[in-house]
Amino acid sequence: MLPARGRKSKLNESEIVRVEHLKKYFPVEKGFLERLLTRTRKFVKAVDDVSFSILKGEVFTLAGESGCGKSTTGKLIVRLMPPTSGKIYFNQTDITRLQREQLRIIRRKLQIIFQDPYASLNPRMKIGQAVGHPLEIHGLAKGAEEKQRVNEILQRVGLTPPEQFTNLYPYQISGGQRQRVAMARSLILDPEFIVADEPVSMIDVSLRTTIIDLMLDLRRDLDLTYLFITHDLAIAKYISDRIAIMYLGKIVEMGEKHEVFSNPLHPYTQALMSAIPVPNPERKRTAVELKGEVSSAIDIPRGCRFNPRCPYAEDRCKVEPELTAVKPGHLVACYRTEN
Amino acid sequence: MSDENREKLHLLTVNNLTVEYWARRGRIRAVEDVSFSLDKGETLGVVGESGSGKSTLGLSLIHLVPYPGRIVNGTILLEGQDVLKLGKEKTRDLRGRRISYVFQDPMTSLNPVERIDSHFVELIRTHEPKITKAEAVTRAKKLFKDVGIQPERIDDYPHQLSGGMRQRVMIALALALDPSIVIADEPTTALDVIVQAKILDLLKTLQDRYGMALILITHDLSIVLERSDKIIVMYAGRIVERAPSSTLYAQTLHPYSQGLLKSIPNIELAEQKLTAIGGSPPDLLHPPTACRFWPRCPYVMEICKIKEPPLFETSSDHLVRCYLHGGEKAS
Amino acid sequence: MLSSILPGLSTLAKRGLAGWLIIIGAILVVVIVVMTAISPWIVPYNPTEIPSSPKILAPPSTQHFFGTNDLGQDLFSRVLSGGGVMLQVSILSVIVCLAIGVPLGLFASYAGGAADRVVGLVMDSIYAFPGLVLAIAIAAMLGRGVVNMALSIAVVYIPSYFRVIRSQVLSIKEMSYIEAANAVGAKNRTILTRYILPNIVPSIVVVATVNFADAILTAAGLTFIGLGVSVTIPDWGQDLTSGQRLLTSGAWWAITFPGIMIILLALGFTLMGEGLSELLNPRLEQ
Repeated sequence: MLPARGRKSKLNESEIVRVEHLKKYFPVEKGFLERLLTRTRKFVKAVDDVSFSILKGEVFTLAGESGCGKSTTGKLIVRLMPPTSGKIYFNQTDITRLQREQLRIIRRKLQIIFQDPYASLNPRMKIGQAVGHPLEIHGLAKGAEEKQRVNEILQRVGLTPPEQFTNLYPYQISGGQRQRVAMARSLILDPEFIVADEPVSMIDVSLRTTIIDLMLDLRRDLDLTYLFITHDLAIAKYISDRIAIMYLGKIVEMGEKHEVFSNPLHPYTQALMSAIPVPNPERKRTAVELKGEVSSAIDIPRGCRFNPRCPYAEDRCKVEPELTAVKPGHLVACYRTEN
Repeated sequence: MSDENREKLHLLTVNNLTVEYWARRGRIRAVEDVSFSLDKGETLGVVGESGSGKSTLGLSLIHLVPYPGRIVNGTILLEGQDVLKLGKEKTRDLRGRRISYVFQDPMTSLNPVERIDSHFVELIRTHEPKITKAEAVTRAKKLFKDVGIQPERIDDYPHQLSGGMRQRVMIALALALDPSIVIADEPTTALDVIVQAKILDLLKTLQDRYGMALILITHDLSIVLERSDKIIVMYAGRIVERAPSSTLYAQTLHPYSQGLLKSIPNIELAEQKLTAIGGSPPDLLHPPTACRFWPRCPYVMEICKIKEPPLFETSSDHLVRCYLHGGEKAS
Repeated sequence: MLSSILPGLSTLAKRGLAGWLIIIGAILVVVIVVMTAISPWIVPYNPTEIPSSPKILAPPSTQHFFGTNDLGQDLFSRVLSGGGVMLQVSILSVIVCLAIGVPLGLFASYAGGAADRVVGLVMDSIYAFPGLVLAIAIAAMLGRGVVNMALSIAVVYIPSYFRVIRSQVLSIKEMSYIEAANAVGAKNRTILTRYILPNIVPSIVVVATVNFADAILTAAGLTFIGLGVSVTIPDWGQDLTSGQRLLTSGAWWAITFPGIMIILLALGFTLMGEGLSELLNPRLEQ
């Protein structure tokens, strides 16, 4: 079970990652004729002004449906792509515009695990090589020493005996095992912060907890902090300390897990929670009805981006609400919660 | 009442269905000895993970198992008639009209170069050639209303619709000929959770309105517990437990079902301890001898490794394939 | 070496038709290569020497298995030793293609943007030409000889490598394991050599085998119109050319046997290419 969280420190030192006004816009490719005839450029506003901080040692979850920008945010933080604007801080250092050598050094501290265990391992690299390669890249170990560290880390992620796995190719092991290999690869550099992008959604249901529990154990043993990205709120509830709900590129609600789940304030959060299937035949569903569908991220609605679907939309929703604290630690972007 | 008569009472009766695939590396029994029944208006949930055979089972019901798979044994009685013995014409008539199938991936199930209305016209007129194009489109528009799409969208191409809408189009197509049974194969996997809930609610509403039976095939135990009347749990091609949903929830008997239930997070519980099922999914080329689940079972006994347990009936309508609940309990 | 070949063969055979295609193709090629290599020791007559008392245009007999040509040379000896030019040309052209086409394809498609577009345009322009015509044009500029033939064929074929590599690289570029490699700090060079290249080798191999087959036929074509090697070197292409002239005299054997050999060699490579392509693609479907 999750260890007791203890006092939440408000000191800056315990912030391991902070993002400020992060934006990522992808230009929409236009056909030749369209480019000739129109002047305006269209963008997919995948991440549209997101700010939050992650405390050392916590599991911070970004949750939302597909297209909300959660994966993009995760990839921005580990600098897999440059942000359109905004800042990213790691241990109080601005890493937004780091390049080359400096960036490579930082990469050792910030790692990422991907969703698809079948696509995140090089099919032509043996497990041992794949896991040990980061050490070679950073000149940290070679040969026998590399082998030893690979074996150690494979054991840590539960692939024992490690020698049985080092000479195999990814196609020879199962999806769950591949995900563990991916974890081993990101752990071998001794990172402090890991972005886990839907790490279990492509794994059999009955095996998901093994990976999740492994992640929690590793957090305790290796002093890790996680940004956990998922669309599955049930898993989010199980693993998170704090959670932020994203919609169309913005955070609409954020707070301590227990608080947000027991007292969801944003209409979108409420709708999400009521939609989640519960393994109980007796359950009476109080569904929050949402109109229409998620708007496209190219044509974001004016004002509150949720207002076309919101059952409580009013006039003032024509101006986009700010993410404000309703009580300490619980932030919502909705006028209804303002008193 | 004779067995034959009792069988005629059910809308669908499947008996001892076995489906094999011949892969390059050997023979795979994707579905083995599966039997169940379905009544008018009922919802059956078929739940299982990778290798369980649930999708193959679904396809067998409309006799559409793809090569190199073959149905090698069993009967599928729809209103007393064996689906597997129907000739080509009748089988084609069956699909879409008496049993319809909603495929897993709405993205690829619609023809991208044809407008939506053509899909409907083609479907309806194949089965009812006397209907004019205009009549078919009218019926389609009414179905659109049922599934919650604006009727004008019927002129769109599939790529102009979102994932949720495409899935709704698939459902509308499935209902176009007023089938007695709709099979939905992982109807929600490709969708977000809010759309998911809407689609499932929609299916229920349409069921209430049209009285059709629904078979929900999914890996998501939560969905079937919440929405089906009875549930079949499948593992490595076998039924390991079969019961009405409330019974299954109250008394989850098979160790696999128990493990499954204990491994899924329940959002309504404040604190939860989840446990995974140990081991890995079954290798269907070399399945465990005897009980398929024994390598992962916390309660395994000697006999489990020697002889496969049959389905024991613990109460009316509750079957379990496990020696813990019947038969020889050798130590 | 034999002990490692035999288990390899049986694995191939188990793969069904694809494996057999590769085996048969490989056998054809190997037999021809060996035959050409040992030809100096097994030829019954000297293939290049013009005999002093020539038996001109003699039909096949026990003395001359494949008959003689208009210079009295034994065609069997010429066939045995005539594969050399073709093999050299095709091997050389493949080497040039690999040396130029692979890096070009890798860098241009990985870099993307302007580089990719420009190189792509050049490649497409070359590709748009009918292969043989372009080869003829280039060979005419460069002159005769094995090297020049190889170069002209290579120029024609590089765009094919480029296309195949490009489509592979573009799809691999998006895969998570490339992102993962970036995330652990790998340099672009490393990603290209250790992550992308090993995954495109199968398709390169397939293109190379087709390249071999095509090169052989193109070499024959070039020789046919006089852009081949000098007359003294025994060469199936040469014999094909002269044999064509002799057809009117009724000497069917002069053109037939070299022609068959050319076909067999090209067929060998083609079968291997087909088999390889079969092998490598179904696995993706599974």
